[in-house]
Amino acid sequence: MSAEAVVARPKPGILERVRAWLANPWAQPRGLAVFTWLYIAWSLIPVAIAVQFSFNAGRSRSTWQGFSLRWYISDPDLSVLHDPSLRLSLLQSLRLAGLTMLVATPIGVALAIGLARWRGRAAQAANFLMLFPLVTPEIVMGVSLFLVFTYLYDFIPLGTWAQFIGHVTFSISFVVVIIRGRLFAIGRDYEEAAMDLGASQTEALRRVLLPMLAPAIFASFMIVFALSIDDFVISQFLSTGAETITIPVRLYSTARLAPSPALNALASLMLFATLIAITLAGLFLRVARRRQAARGGSAVQDLAKLEF
Amino acid sequence: MPRKEGGVVGEHRSLWPALAAPGVVWLVLFFLAPFYAIFAVAMGTVDPIFLQPQPEWNPYFWDPSSFRDVFREIFTGGALGDTFVRTIGYVAVASGLCILIGYPVAYYVARRAGRWKGLLLLLMLAPFWINYLMRMLAWVNLLDVDGQLNRLLVTIGLLPQPRDWLAGHHETVILGLVYGYLPWFILPLYAALDRIDQNVLEAARDLGASPFKAFLRVTLPLSRQGILAGTVLIMLPMFGDYYTPNLLSGSPRTRMIGNWIDFFVNSTVSAGGQGAALTIVLMLFVALLMVYYLVSVARATREARG
Repeated sequence: MSAEAVVARPKPGILERVRAWLANPWAQPRGLAVFTWLYIAWSLIPVAIAVQFSFNAGRSRSTWQGFSLRWYISDPDLSVLHDPSLRLSLLQSLRLAGLTMLVATPIGVALAIGLARWRGRAAQAANFLMLFPLVTPEIVMGVSLFLVFTYLYDFIPLGTWAQFIGHVTFSISFVVVIIRGRLFAIGRDYEEAAMDLGASQTEALRRVLLPMLAPAIFASFMIVFALSIDDFVISQFLSTGAETITIPVRLYSTARLAPSPALNALASLMLFATLIAITLAGLFLRVARRRQAARGGSAVQDLAKLEF
Repeated sequence: MPRKEGGVVGEHRSLWPALAAPGVVWLVLFFLAPFYAIFAVAMGTVDPIFLQPQPEWNPYFWDPSSFRDVFREIFTGGALGDTFVRTIGYVAVASGLCILIGYPVAYYVARRAGRWKGLLLLLMLAPFWINYLMRMLAWVNLLDVDGQLNRLLVTIGLLPQPRDWLAGHHETVILGLVYGYLPWFILPLYAALDRIDQNVLEAARDLGASPFKAFLRVTLPLSRQGILAGTVLIMLPMFGDYYTPNLLSGSPRTRMIGNWIDFFVNSTVSAGGQGAALTIVLMLFVALLMVYYLVSVARATREARG
């Protein structure tokens, strides 16, 4: 690049540097670098402070009074462990995430394989249907599920079961997106080789394709777990009372009314659970990439693609 | 040798639809049918004694009167009309700010970060996996009357006394929206900028374009798809948002469309029909955004498939 050639003179004065910058502000993007790091700080420091105050020894959420686990376990009435409303929401979130993960992932994997190979008009319609939950505003899904469980499927009560069905519904599409990415990278060669060697289509699927997909399937389990724990709108529309309140719903209903560091502790626990799940997912996706000598990119970028 | 699809004759025809079937059935039962239920309730009637909505499942008997009520309220300048204007204003300002803040960040990380790129990408992705409500809770703590922000501003002398940031201020809600949705804008834009071939830029420079001109005439047009995708991606949830204004203000002065839907559906027995009608109005409103997004995703998938 030509920028280096200009900077041959020893130690340019401040005036010259300003002039050089004006002539070519794109040569050394220091301003951009500072701006970017400021953005990163702005986006993460508030959350870091919230986590810090979950370990506060005192009741304040803004004055640091020393480190303690009071709001997690030791306080006999107000800690996450001892306050029934906080403990119940933690359990409800974990229960829903576990159930959703076990049901949505197999359905999504099968749908992804089916849609990747099945051709024709019906397949196109199915593909379109699969994409729709990804673009529907959550509030629309929340209202629609609430109405359908109230007026049509009234044999399924609002509460845990309705929440579970709602979570599976929005998770399936994400699983399809992850698995489909891997399927395109793998291609059809291995399967066809297996079939040339005498395997049936089903055998090739079970003994060649599924083992190759295994890391991506584990990643899907983890990502569905994280998505379910994170969900707020659908959980709220379908909850019925104290026992079906998940962590995000608890944060929503208590943050302004009766905030305490115990609420920060509950939020931090959710954060830790999500981060563990996502780290595992990232590791699995990395294994998947290594095995198949994928072209370019990284596991982090695979995770990044999920948000589309 | 290329061989015919399927190992055993006949097996392949039914295998793929069979694999897709559970997922498709699930989505029909729990995504399409509920979608239809919104229309059934919105076009239904209300039981005159118990004031409960009576959904009408047969389109032949649909009665659009709750739509008329909703539209009349929107266009005759009732509370609902104000809310619509306010929602559009919030979303426009917040999206504009997201573009102004997000573009430089995405540009730097994608094209200029050098050895920091991996770390920056990781940090940029972190907010995705921190719960939205927790990120808002963090700001509720900071913006409290005796929170850190007030202390900082009073200490350095910018404010004479602490200000109640959480008492129905537009700027607080917009701050929340920008803070909440900015990562979703940056990511697709980052992907678009990352894809641009360095050779194209060097060609522009070789042909005599200044760096600034090269940016304006090459990089910016090539990243247009990313800007559009990012903007659509954040506008869709912003139009349906109700928790951000509720947590960061809670005042009727900062109500958005979502707050009315939440109120109609969750807090009243009789207005389910109105809630459903308002949801449909919201959907019509964002339909263009949804269609644009679906089309671009479908195109990207086709390209990946080859």
